[in-house]
Amino acid sequence: MEEILKHSELSIEKSRAGRRGVQFVKTQKKAEDYLPAFYLRADEPRLPEMSEFDTVRHFTRLSQLNYCLDGEFYPLGSCTMKYNPKAYDTLSALEPFCAAHPFAPEEAVQGTLQAVYEMQELLKKITGLAAFTLQPAAGAHGELTGILTVRAYHDAHKDFARTEVIVPDTAHGTNPATANMAGYTVVNIKSAADGCVDKEALQNALSERTAAVMLTVPNTVGLFEKDICEIADMVHKAGALLYMDGANFNALIGLAKPADFGVDVMHLNLHKTFAAPHGGGGPGSGPVGAAAHVAPFLPKPMAELKDGKYTLSGEMPQSLGKMKAFYGNMAVVLRGYCYLRQFDGETLKRIAENAVLNANYVRARLKGKFNAFFDRVCMHECVLSINPAEMNGVHTSDVAKRLLDYGFYAPTIYFPLIVPEAMMVEPTETESKDMLDAFITALEKIYDEIQTEPEKVKGSPHTQCVGRIDEVSAARQPNLKW
Amino acid sequence: MFTPNTPEDQKEMLAAAGVSSVRELLSQIPQNLLYPALDLPKALTEQELSVRLHELAAKNKPLKNFIGAGMYEHFIPAAVHALSSRGEFLTAYTPYQAEASQGTLQTIYEFQSCICALFDMDVATASHYDGATALAESVLACMRVNSRKEVLIPAALHPHYKEVLKTYLRHFEGVHLCEIPFGADGALDMNALKEKLSEKTSCFVLANPNFFGSLEDANAVSSLVHEAGALLVALVNPLSLSVVQTPGSYGADFAVAEGQPLGNAVNFGGPGLGIMTAKKAYMRQLPGRIVGIAKDHDGKRAFVLTLQAREQHIRREKASSNICSNEALCALNAVIYLTLLGPKGLKEAALLNLERAHKLAELIAAVPGFKVKFTAPFFNEFVVECPVPAQTVVDKLAQKGFGAGYALGKDFKGMENCLLVCATETKTTEDLQAYADALRGI
Repeated sequence: MEEILKHSELSIEKSRAGRRGVQFVKTQKKAEDYLPAFYLRADEPRLPEMSEFDTVRHFTRLSQLNYCLDGEFYPLGSCTMKYNPKAYDTLSALEPFCAAHPFAPEEAVQGTLQAVYEMQELLKKITGLAAFTLQPAAGAHGELTGILTVRAYHDAHKDFARTEVIVPDTAHGTNPATANMAGYTVVNIKSAADGCVDKEALQNALSERTAAVMLTVPNTVGLFEKDICEIADMVHKAGALLYMDGANFNALIGLAKPADFGVDVMHLNLHKTFAAPHGGGGPGSGPVGAAAHVAPFLPKPMAELKDGKYTLSGEMPQSLGKMKAFYGNMAVVLRGYCYLRQFDGETLKRIAENAVLNANYVRARLKGKFNAFFDRVCMHECVLSINPAEMNGVHTSDVAKRLLDYGFYAPTIYFPLIVPEAMMVEPTETESKDMLDAFITALEKIYDEIQTEPEKVKGSPHTQCVGRIDEVSAARQPNLKW
Repeated sequence: MFTPNTPEDQKEMLAAAGVSSVRELLSQIPQNLLYPALDLPKALTEQELSVRLHELAAKNKPLKNFIGAGMYEHFIPAAVHALSSRGEFLTAYTPYQAEASQGTLQTIYEFQSCICALFDMDVATASHYDGATALAESVLACMRVNSRKEVLIPAALHPHYKEVLKTYLRHFEGVHLCEIPFGADGALDMNALKEKLSEKTSCFVLANPNFFGSLEDANAVSSLVHEAGALLVALVNPLSLSVVQTPGSYGADFAVAEGQPLGNAVNFGGPGLGIMTAKKAYMRQLPGRIVGIAKDHDGKRAFVLTLQAREQHIRREKASSNICSNEALCALNAVIYLTLLGPKGLKEAALLNLERAHKLAELIAAVPGFKVKFTAPFFNEFVVECPVPAQTVVDKLAQKGFGAGYALGKDFKGMENCLLVCATETKTTEDLQAYADALRGI
């Protein structure tokens, strides 16, 4: 069909000189009446000129070009795309929360501080750790916070020889990047044939140079690190600390406490396990918890309850310092707080159990067509793998794009790196069996198409507003602005 | 119910998975540690939760707010939230599957374009956590570019930004942070900067305006810094840039900002919006996501995440940063705000800030015992010297329902009587008068 309305035009292409969306009251003077001429901007910035209605249509139309969790199933492995309850959006945006200034007198922000304090306490309860900071702005920011906490701990013990962080190859890509950013040398270790940490490789890597071991639990192949208690002992015997990447904590919430495994420091993702929305890439929130011996080194400030008042003014002389300008991503923290107030221990267990059940159901039902790389019971996600040689040359990326045609977002693909042609499926507990059956049927259909008309799969997607995008062309001659 | 599977569903699913109970699926977890006691408070219904959150919100007292100091109260047009809270934006993931994420990708491209236009810079990222972390990442990028290890910062840099910089840099061997003092006018001491710049200097951080609200002679600073072979990182207020000279115009190599003033609520300081821009030459040093234009197989224009070879999921420990999640939704608020205002509206907003802040300064200066401390030009924030400790003014005005400002004494020696005060377009002429009148009562 001929395109008459050009829906994909940029705002700047729709711009017409003289159109306006917002008007302010008139000022009496000009900028040069307040500032010396050479401090002033010379020209007008090239921003779009649009009416409010133009703007509303423009962004509404753009929103319609997206898949989103409210509309489609998002089986993205390691991303925990669970339902984001609408009440949390409304309640976290109450005017007194939005208007609270970080430098307002504390008696004027007691509600906000109480929520922060109670959230710290709730996270302590579900993890068994001694202290939590809500300051980190995202999961990776939480990792950096956690590893800098480890560094502050070793520094306080005058243990300056620890220059290495051990990272298994099943870790999130952020783990080695984090260790590097914290000034450590990354020591990668390979996993064993069963997808878990190779204890011998770990023992060989551990030394008096080891500051920490970063373990993702469950790991990125969807398996629980079955030897975690023993691993914790090995790490501690070497004088190092055990860091747990808790991005996958949805598999464990209510079922087990990381402190019981011997974890010293960990981060959680409120935008994953605790149902805060992803916002197209953020903001997130990555609280970091620590066992008692490491807690004094967490970033400052922390919320405390003193004489019936909530305060951030407590002294933390051993703290690593600040990780961001202000306390934390409150709009996200409040959503996580809503989640933990709405669900008690019993419900949290049911949540984790259903997350695990859903992943195992998908894994078992797809067996024979799309096989799990590790053919055994998984936790909250399963990692499938295909062999293009047996699939008429169809790759995982083709399967992913074809799924879009069937109305599903694609799983996480080509990750973890240790699984060839990986397709990582995390259904989460908020999807019903009916939705999983539909997803399984779509993948079965794609499997059949691969046998009978592979070109159709390779040429997909066929139903989106654009066809398959040549990503390489974008990087070769970057066009990053109008 | 959060988990929709019925008992019948679960039975069928367990059978398909070849197990008889969920517990069998958890066999890898140490069995003695399974199902611990949690001691959580009673679960609330949505209705009870709503009551609970309203109770907490009611414990926050509304203030007539004259506090800035890094987070600014501004008017946010209704269309901003109405559009950005659409589920299609709010509940979408990072746009890794580009064909099904063209909406988010195009908004990021438009955000990058608007920011580059406003800053006069070549490249902007999709966003960073906040102004302070964007600044820290820029300084790290400078050190990668020129392999020098001394970082010069103004003494009048936001004290929290200084702390974040220290956290990010402390563990790198040989890296040295050095403060350049401010002069009697509240702006940078140019002679001190000149003396300190050397072949060891990796970069200078120009805070423009600085923490006191003072604007700097940026062209002069830029010349000095570049003559020393160092790089210039500008930290600016994005709203000011529709009237104040741009980082691009004075040759900044990197320019960063807290983007919260562009359509985002204060929210107790978070989420912020880290804006990060650079000259084209340093494009590949930028951390985090960047969107570019590509073509689909029919040659049609499309948007896609690009230059991903810098990022952690590809490069692991060799990545330019560990950042993954950013502040996409805040960037969306910002681009909607900028689109609604356009160049004319943005200039009007900035002019109103200039007018209200200067009017307030005039009214305060007329109160006996109070004076405007510095003479340097300012945008919407300035320092007031009080006849009593500034903390006393803060405490007394809080009782009258004002957020009086930020008492500088705890961060700046000898400035116990100094109060940092801000007035944006949200303050009416009556508000300004009421504030000055409240000061008279002290």
